[in-house]
Amino acid sequence: MSTPYAKLPGWAEYGLIPLINLAVAFLVAGLVVLLVGENPLEAAYHLINGAFGRGEYLGFTLYYATTFIFTGLAVAVAFHAGLFNIGGEGQAYVGGIGVALACLWLDQTMPWFVVFPLAILGSAFFGAAWAFLPGWLQAKRGSHIVITTIMFNFIASSLMVYLLTRVLKPLGSMSPQTRTFAEGGQLPKLDWLLAIFGLDIGTAPFNVSFLLALVAAFCVWLLIWRTKLGYEMRTMGHSPSAARYAGMSESRITVITMMISGALAGMMALNPIMGEQGRMQLDFVQGAGFVGIAVALMGRSHPAGIIPAAVLFGMLYQGGAEISFEMPSISRDMIVIIQGLVILFAGALENMFRPAIARLFAMQSRRAAVVAQTKGA
Amino acid sequence: MDFFHVLVVLLESTIRVSVPLIFAALAGLFTERAGIFDIGLEGKMLGAAFAAGAVAAVTQSVWMGLLAAILISIALSLVHGYASITQRGNQIVSGVAINFIVAGSTVILGEAWFRQGGRTPALGEGARFQTITFPYADSIREIPILGPIYSDLLSGHFILTYVAFAMVPISWWILYRTRFGLRLRAVGENPGAVDTAGISVIWMRYRAVICCGILCGFAGAYLSLAMTAGFVKGMTAGKGYIALAALIFAKWRPFNIMLACLLFGFLDALAIRLQGNPLPLIGQVPVQLMQALPYILTVILLAGFIGKAIPPKAGGVPYVKER
Repeated sequence: MSTPYAKLPGWAEYGLIPLINLAVAFLVAGLVVLLVGENPLEAAYHLINGAFGRGEYLGFTLYYATTFIFTGLAVAVAFHAGLFNIGGEGQAYVGGIGVALACLWLDQTMPWFVVFPLAILGSAFFGAAWAFLPGWLQAKRGSHIVITTIMFNFIASSLMVYLLTRVLKPLGSMSPQTRTFAEGGQLPKLDWLLAIFGLDIGTAPFNVSFLLALVAAFCVWLLIWRTKLGYEMRTMGHSPSAARYAGMSESRITVITMMISGALAGMMALNPIMGEQGRMQLDFVQGAGFVGIAVALMGRSHPAGIIPAAVLFGMLYQGGAEISFEMPSISRDMIVIIQGLVILFAGALENMFRPAIARLFAMQSRRAAVVAQTKGA
Repeated sequence: MDFFHVLVVLLESTIRVSVPLIFAALAGLFTERAGIFDIGLEGKMLGAAFAAGAVAAVTQSVWMGLLAAILISIALSLVHGYASITQRGNQIVSGVAINFIVAGSTVILGEAWFRQGGRTPALGEGARFQTITFPYADSIREIPILGPIYSDLLSGHFILTYVAFAMVPISWWILYRTRFGLRLRAVGENPGAVDTAGISVIWMRYRAVICCGILCGFAGAYLSLAMTAGFVKGMTAGKGYIALAALIFAKWRPFNIMLACLLFGFLDALAIRLQGNPLPLIGQVPVQLMQALPYILTVILLAGFIGKAIPPKAGGVPYVKER
C-alpha cells in the first residue's frame, strides 16, 4: 500500500507539524481551563514561571525531564522496530528492584560512584527481563505485544506491592518501602551545573542521572542510525516482509529490541530512587512510563526530539505543581489532560493538518516553478 | 450449610463486580470485531461514570444520568473513531490518549463544579438505581438450597445487572444473526471484500464504534449510579483493562465473554474474601497473586498455552480505499 500522504521538506516534517500539533493540544487544554472558569493566559504564565522562574524550579523541571528522557527513549526504540511498548511503566517499576538491590547491598561500604554503575546494570537487567517475556511471546507465540505489556504492567504492580510489603521492607516497619540508603546509595546533585549559569538549585533533586540520560540518548542515536542492529530494526519497522526477505531474523530483532527498550525504561528508576528519595517506595514510577509514549510521539522517536520533548513534559510537571498552588481550581490533573491531548494530536491525529500543509507547500512550489519559468523565458 | 452460605455470598458479589466488566467487554467486542482496537474502554467507562454522577446529582434523575453517561461515552467513542477511521491514526495511541484525557478532566471538572475533591455529590434515593426484589423473595428464603439461590443470588440486583446479562444473548444475536452483524464482522476480517460488495467500510466502523459507546455508557453508569452513590475519581481502577483481558480471554465471543467476566469477577471477590484467611491445603495465598491472576491467565492464553486466541484479521489496520 502506498503512503497516502505527499512528502514534505524535513523542517516541516520534523519541526512544523509537531509544533502545530502541540499548539492545538495546548489550545484545547486552554479551553478546559476556560471551562473551569480561570484565565488560560494566567495559567500559562504560572506554568512557565513555575518551571523556569528560579534555579530551584529549573532543577525540578530537569529532574522530571531526566525521568522522561529514559521512558521516552524506551518507547522510541521499540517504535523504530514497529513495536509498541506500552509496558514502560511496569518495566521501570521492576527496574527499581535492581537499583534497590545494588544500594541495599553496598551503600554502607562503598561510595556512590561504585554503587551507581552496579545500580545501572541492575536496573537495566531487571527492566530488560520484564520486557523479555512480552517480546519473546510476540516473537515465538504470536501474542500481541500491546496487550501483553499492558498485562505485565498490572502484574508488575502486584509483584512490587508484594515485594515491598513482604520482602524488601525492613523488619518492624509499617510503611511499604525499603530502608533509607546510606550515603553510598544516594546520587550527588548537579548543583555545579546550574551554578555555572548563576542559578541556585535549592532543594531540587536534579542529579547525576541526568548526565546518564544524555549518554543514553546519544547511545540510542548510535544504535538506531549507526549500527547493523539499528538498521535491521528500522527495516523491520518499515516493512517486516522486506526484513524477512533480506534474511533478518524477525524474532531475534523483536526480542532484542524489547530488551533494550525495557532496559532503558528500567534505568528510569535510578532517578527517583537514588536521586531523590534515597529509598524505593510504592508507586515511585508515577505514570512516567506512560509519559514516555507522549514524549516519543512528540519527539518523533529521535533522541534530538525526545530531549526537548522530555524537558517540555518536565516543565508541565513542575510548572503544573506551581499552577495548582496559585490557582487552586486547576489541580495537577491538568497535566494528565495536556498529556492526553498531546498524545492525541501528536500521535493519533498527527496527519490531521498534513493535507492542508502539503497543499500549501505544493502551491508554493508551483508558484516558484512558474516564476523560474518566466525568468528563464 | 455454612459453606453453602459463604458460596452464595461469594457468588452474589461476583455478579456485582462482573457487571461493568460484561458491559465493557461487550463494548470492546463490537469495535474489535469491526477491526478497531480499543484500549480506551477504561477512559470511556470513567467518562460515562462521571457524566452519570454529575447529571444525576444536578437533575436528581437516575435516567438523565444514564442518558448523559451514554452520550458522553458515544462522544468519546467518536473521537476514537475519527482518529482511527477517518484520520487513519494509530488506534492504540488514540485509546491511550482518551484514557488520559478522561482521567484528568473528570477530576478537574468535578472539582470545579462540585468542590468535593473530585467526587460528585452523594446521590439520594431517586437519583440512583435501586435493587429489585423478586416476588416472594423473603418468604422463599427459608427453603434450603433453592431459597437462597432465588432470594439472594437471582433477586436483589440492580436493573442494570439484568440488562448486562440480557445484553450477552442480544449481542450474540446482533453479531451472528443480523445482516448488520455479519457486515460488522466482515469489516473486521476483510474490509476490502465488504467494500467490493458496495458497503461503506467507514460507516460500518463508525456504527460499531457507536455501539461500543452505548455499552461503555451503561458500564460507567452502573459504577456511579448503582454500585456506589456518586462518582469518585479514578473509580474504574483498571476495570477497562480487565474487560479488555476478558474480551481476549473469551476469544472475541459473546458467551465466552460472560464466563470470562464472571471468572475474573469471582477472582476479585475471592481475593477480598480471602484477605488474611488461609486456604485449606495451600495455606496463605498472597492477595497480590489473586489480583494479578486475571492478567497472568490472559497472558498465558494469549501465548497459546490454553487454546489459541485469534484476533479479527483486520484489527488495528486503518482501511485505505484503493484509488
